[in-house]
Amino acid sequence: MSLLEVRDLRVSFDTDDGTVYAVQGMSFSVEAGQTLGIVGESGSGKSVSTQAIMGLTPGATITGEALLDGANLLTMSEGQLQSIRGSKVSLIFQDPLTSLHPLYRVGSQIAEAMLVHGHVAKAEARARAVELLGQVGIPEPAKRVRDYPHQFSGGMRQRVMIAMALALEPKLIIADEPTTALDVTVQAQILELLARMQRDYQTAVILITHDLGVVADVADEVVIMYAGRPMERAGVEAAFVEPHHPYTQGLLQSIPSYSGRTGKLRPIRGYPPSLMHQIDECPFASRCPLVHDECRVAPPPLKPVGTRPGHLSACVLPSDRVGLVAAEASQAAAGAAER
Amino acid sequence: MTTTEVDLEAQTSKGDLLLEVQDVAKYFPVRNNALFNRAQASVKAVDGVSLSLRVGETLGVVGESGCGKSTLARLIAALHPVTSGRIRFKGREITTLDRRHMRPLRRSIQMVFQDPYGSLNPRRRVGSILSDPFAVHTQMSRAEMREQVRDLMSRVGLSPEHYNRFPAEFSGGQRQRIGIARALALRPDLIICDEPVSALDVSIQAQIINLLEDLQDEFMLTYIFIAHDLSVVRHVSDRIAVMYLGKIVETGPVEEIYSSSRHPYTASLLSAVPVADRAFKNGRKARVILSGDVPSPQNPPTGCRFHPRCPKAQAICSSAEPPLEQKPGDPVGHLTACHFPVEAGEALALASREPTDAEDAEAPDAAGEQS
Repeated sequence: MSLLEVRDLRVSFDTDDGTVYAVQGMSFSVEAGQTLGIVGESGSGKSVSTQAIMGLTPGATITGEALLDGANLLTMSEGQLQSIRGSKVSLIFQDPLTSLHPLYRVGSQIAEAMLVHGHVAKAEARARAVELLGQVGIPEPAKRVRDYPHQFSGGMRQRVMIAMALALEPKLIIADEPTTALDVTVQAQILELLARMQRDYQTAVILITHDLGVVADVADEVVIMYAGRPMERAGVEAAFVEPHHPYTQGLLQSIPSYSGRTGKLRPIRGYPPSLMHQIDECPFASRCPLVHDECRVAPPPLKPVGTRPGHLSACVLPSDRVGLVAAEASQAAAGAAER
Repeated sequence: MTTTEVDLEAQTSKGDLLLEVQDVAKYFPVRNNALFNRAQASVKAVDGVSLSLRVGETLGVVGESGCGKSTLARLIAALHPVTSGRIRFKGREITTLDRRHMRPLRRSIQMVFQDPYGSLNPRRRVGSILSDPFAVHTQMSRAEMREQVRDLMSRVGLSPEHYNRFPAEFSGGQRQRIGIARALALRPDLIICDEPVSALDVSIQAQIINLLEDLQDEFMLTYIFIAHDLSVVRHVSDRIAVMYLGKIVETGPVEEIYSSSRHPYTASLLSAVPVADRAFKNGRKARVILSGDVPSPQNPPTGCRFHPRCPKAQAICSSAEPPLEQKPGDPVGHLTACHFPVEAGEALALASREPTDAEDAEAPDAAGEQS
């Protein structure tokens, strides 16, 4: 059984302008000790899906199932969720400065979770906070534990957040763009720290990011989201070497290739669809260079593709048509047909 | 020197020297004492930078936050006065120009900013925003202006029918097209792009990069392209300047920098970037993970500013500042400021040390703790 299994999650918000269907059928699973990367562009629903299952989207209408160790998070009371947040699942957000309370010392903020959930004595919680700060690489932890968040740099604050997330040794950490606000040399430090902590504590991680490079680096499995749905799901090698869905292929080809390939970039034409209505076709159909009539009938379900087990794609194209080279040729063909 | 009119109508052709920056510095005073309001220290945002730029080329400026790349851009665009040094544009000194003489210059140097949300007035219609450059710098009639704006909009891929829309009615990518149209309006020679695609999603980012490249060919534009995304910079640039704490530590032709960087900072910066391209990833050098953060520019380290984080640092690095010079074996134009440049085939990662508490404590967090 997976540690977390999410099935057909749908999240919508009622706003003054109408209903926003932010997530329209998201499914994924995370195994114990693994890293799942959820990638998508802004508005794809990648953050909302995980916040919704953790009960952090007040006012949203949520349907579907989210089984953590077999228990459905979506039917739990706020009290039950509260006991899970922090102890079994903890969250790390993009901006550590707004996630830390500016007026409390970092030590007491780390200890707080232990005092609330762990039934430990104050002194013990304090000692553990010092130990955790040392583990995440903060020099002189016994001294820094008494500092306030503003006395730390961006990278050091994110280390504090990781220490806090690890305090109760959760089974799952949800990290939402944990390194987006950091410089690349600091990002490398933090990603390495996350990987080391994950090894030491045997924690599963859901890493939400827009950065395909970060996912390629640290994830075991990848879900590519678009307009509130999973477009493709695969092991990290398959996703980057043998992508199936035209959206995944377009996304990869939009990156100025690091290997120095010259010539024009191939952007995905057009813009993402509005989420103000439920999409009853393939959400990528209007931008897809290979669109078929079939795509307009209903959103295609995830089906097994390629040669590797666990590789799924929500696209009607033949399942053996994988890999970037094929995509380049077909995009060129589609481009020629347009002209 | 008495200021004379900068001859902006002078014809330039591809390859001519357009811009020369000589030993430019910018110090911002820091006032710590609210009562007496005395400047007690200064942030050396840019500290002795020299570079030159030829017509039609793209210079990429890379570096982490606080390295001074945006301040450098603003100095060149004459949005800040320089503390010292000279900037010559088309052969004329521009750092000493007064307001009146500066005005024609402002047509020739334009900027595109990172945040297309923050750089457009939300209460004004796009047509009116884009008419501004013409209203300020030309004597065009309203009808002529309207014509020019419509032409501009279609050139950057916006529908001229959207003339009367407000910025909020456009997506991020379209707003950046508006920003580019505004910069392009008066047919400048130089456009400084400060993180022009950082706020955009990757598929939209590619559209904007292609647009910038098309416009460069069409109007013989020269670009200074500032970004922290090293793969974007590599794609668009002819030459690269790598900045660290207000200094250029390495500069050279783009492929030279990416394939055989000599400065340990450049090498570790390049190795720290996560890449999606598997083929490239497998052939890449081992990752160098630097210890600590970028120190505060208010109190930069002595000698080579990179020495507290450098895996190759020796005693001399903390006392003598290395000059930016051509190293033996490097082609002309590839300059490095380092006492012990990285040799071909050297595995920098092996030289790197485990961060110790003492080192970490001296370098990071300085900004926070001093206040």
